[in-house]
Amino acid sequence: MTISLTPQTQEPISLQPQGWLRYLSFSTDHKVIGLQYLICGFVFYLIGGALAGAIRTELLTPISDFLPRETYNEVLTLHGTVMIFLWIVPVVNGGFGNYLIPFYVGARDMAFPRLNAVAFWLIPPAGLLLISSYFFASAAQAGWTAYPPLSITTPATGQIIWILSVLLLGGSSIFGGINFIATILKLRRPGLKLMQLPMYCWAMLGTSILVVLSTPVLAGTLVLLSFDIIAHTGFFNPSLGGNAVVYQHLFWFYSHPAVYIMVLPAFGLVSEILPVHSRKPLFGYTTMVYSILGIVFLGLIVWAHHMFTSGTPPWMRLFFTIATSFIAVPTGIKFFNWLATLWGGRIALNTAMLFSCGFIVNFVFGGITGVALAQVPFDIHVHDTYFVVGHFHYIVYGGTVFVIFASIYHWYPKVTGRLLNEPLGKLHFLLTFVGFNLCFAPQHWLGLNGMPRRVAEYDPQFTLVNQLSSVGALLMALSTLPFLVNVVLSAFRGELAGDNPWRALTPEWLTSSPPPVENWKGEAPLVKEPYGYGQHSEEVALAGTTGSELWRLGNPDQRP
Amino acid sequence: MTTLTPSPSSVSEEQHHAHADHRLFGLATFLVADGMTFAGFFAAYLTFRAVNPLPTGSTYELELLLPTINTLLLLVSSFTFHRAGSALKRDNSPLARRWLLVTAALGFAFLAGQMKEYFALPFGLTDNLFASTFYAITGFHGLHVTLGGLMILIVWWQCRSGGRVSSQNLFPLEAAELYWHFVDGIWVALYGILYLL
Repeated sequence: MTISLTPQTQEPISLQPQGWLRYLSFSTDHKVIGLQYLICGFVFYLIGGALAGAIRTELLTPISDFLPRETYNEVLTLHGTVMIFLWIVPVVNGGFGNYLIPFYVGARDMAFPRLNAVAFWLIPPAGLLLISSYFFASAAQAGWTAYPPLSITTPATGQIIWILSVLLLGGSSIFGGINFIATILKLRRPGLKLMQLPMYCWAMLGTSILVVLSTPVLAGTLVLLSFDIIAHTGFFNPSLGGNAVVYQHLFWFYSHPAVYIMVLPAFGLVSEILPVHSRKPLFGYTTMVYSILGIVFLGLIVWAHHMFTSGTPPWMRLFFTIATSFIAVPTGIKFFNWLATLWGGRIALNTAMLFSCGFIVNFVFGGITGVALAQVPFDIHVHDTYFVVGHFHYIVYGGTVFVIFASIYHWYPKVTGRLLNEPLGKLHFLLTFVGFNLCFAPQHWLGLNGMPRRVAEYDPQFTLVNQLSSVGALLMALSTLPFLVNVVLSAFRGELAGDNPWRALTPEWLTSSPPPVENWKGEAPLVKEPYGYGQHSEEVALAGTTGSELWRLGNPDQRP
Repeated sequence: MTTLTPSPSSVSEEQHHAHADHRLFGLATFLVADGMTFAGFFAAYLTFRAVNPLPTGSTYELELLLPTINTLLLLVSSFTFHRAGSALKRDNSPLARRWLLVTAALGFAFLAGQMKEYFALPFGLTDNLFASTFYAITGFHGLHVTLGGLMILIVWWQCRSGGRVSSQNLFPLEAAELYWHFVDGIWVALYGILYLL
């Protein structure tokens, strides 16, 4: 091999493939890894969606006709696991986090690029392992919660594969979390203060703290569960003197924070999108930051509200009810801050904005049913019914998945240099919004009237409402088509976007679109005011201003 | 590195070489996560103890002598590891290697003591809830000690003259040391909760 390069143009000799093959390689570029997460996650979203379709098809009729009962159990377990661990968590953390965080802190890559690639490449094998268990053994049947003794008595092979796969995904999540914490705290560009970071950084910092503190507990618990299954120990097996409720405590110590692991990054992303398209600074930056930290803290001490029917003692119920209700405070602050950001702004109602506003509507509804569920008497009435199913789909789909779509419409020009087609996008939004609400709103009624979740059969009086819900699911499935067409065609034929089509001020837009390998041609820009749109608050003499005057500041017509 | 010529990419070069501190920070974050696994196990153990009484005739008094000696071994090994680090910082690689060997020997002596205790115990993994939890927690910790011992041997090998670990590149030794102190600290908590409480 002869190398005749001059020292000036010397580049590290790389065996890394170039072009689109990079996306199938062990690349350490944070932008490549971000897209790997995103696309891999979307493939699993389609699989999880197909599983949801099977569930809704089965529930068209009160009897078990489309799927055998065991298969129904496998399908619902796979649906939950795939959607949570292979779609939402990887995409909303690993996908957007990897793509955006280095830009936001002014770095050229994540703190640990190789660990980053390892974290991603744990996901495809784990996902294949999980799904393949359906074909060569039987998949796990105990739901994504894997409560013992159910998970001990259902076929062992599928359950063990499920545990292995979740352990791999948990490891990936922890590696990602470590990387985000180190990148945000240690890799900031000199001169950039924490309180000047875009809100998504704070959201990812909070999320990563939750990941690092809670995921290992789930991992340890699942190892003990696998001992119960393989070695016939009795940790969680009451017939061997064990305690199944301890599993529930340990499981929810992870899985309640997991809800925030799924939704906090969405809060961050939507806080990036709203100011850009309403041309106003993000309202209440400081309160947003403290709300995130408050949610992180409270999120760690509310887990037992999932266990009000598990024989929890009264003092525990009281504590967890109060702590859970308190979460409404920081969440409410964020909700009103988003409204105040929109208030009086010059809103461009494009698809990114439509999905963001759809998020606000859906999320506040899911939040309200969440506060209702925290109250013991109500929770005991609807525990393990479709009310709960409706509630958490409003949070994870109406909340997070809507934001994922909003973010794809918002950052697609960043990644490809081309805009997505707006009419197709609006069709996508319309189908998703109508389909989603038609699918999940009736489930609250079903739950209140006593339809249990996770059962293939139901009382015939619920037939009509279930069919309505299934029609909604069909609309959601159809909504994916315009989106897929849009994403694929726009990559080649979309309108050229230029470097900064939204005239945004956050650092990822202050470079070319798509960005060069090390993010900026020259030095990274120092962005101290990522939301400096429209009027500046320093024009106001805060001392002599009343609250209502501050509120009116958003609206130029009413300005005093 | 005196051979580097100034080039437009020197900014990123600096960033790429400034990772040492971040690596230790990342390891510390990982150890927090690892510690949470143990915290989960301890919480499970304490809850079992509080609410799941063992069947009569199946409670055992654990022998205290061997675990106490083991605790001392680990505490001393943390100290000897620290001595190895100080020796390497003073460029005294041979001394550092000797202290590393002593540390590894103490670690493996701990493991031998643990094995001896296991064989002497009157209960097996599946006998009852206490037995299962005892073996799960001490076993998980023993796994950590084993990994730590291997790490020390690797660092010992890398500290040879001409190896990659020296006063210029302390990170492998510092990482192994941080991990070893962590494993040591976990054992102290474990000893308090499983043996003394």
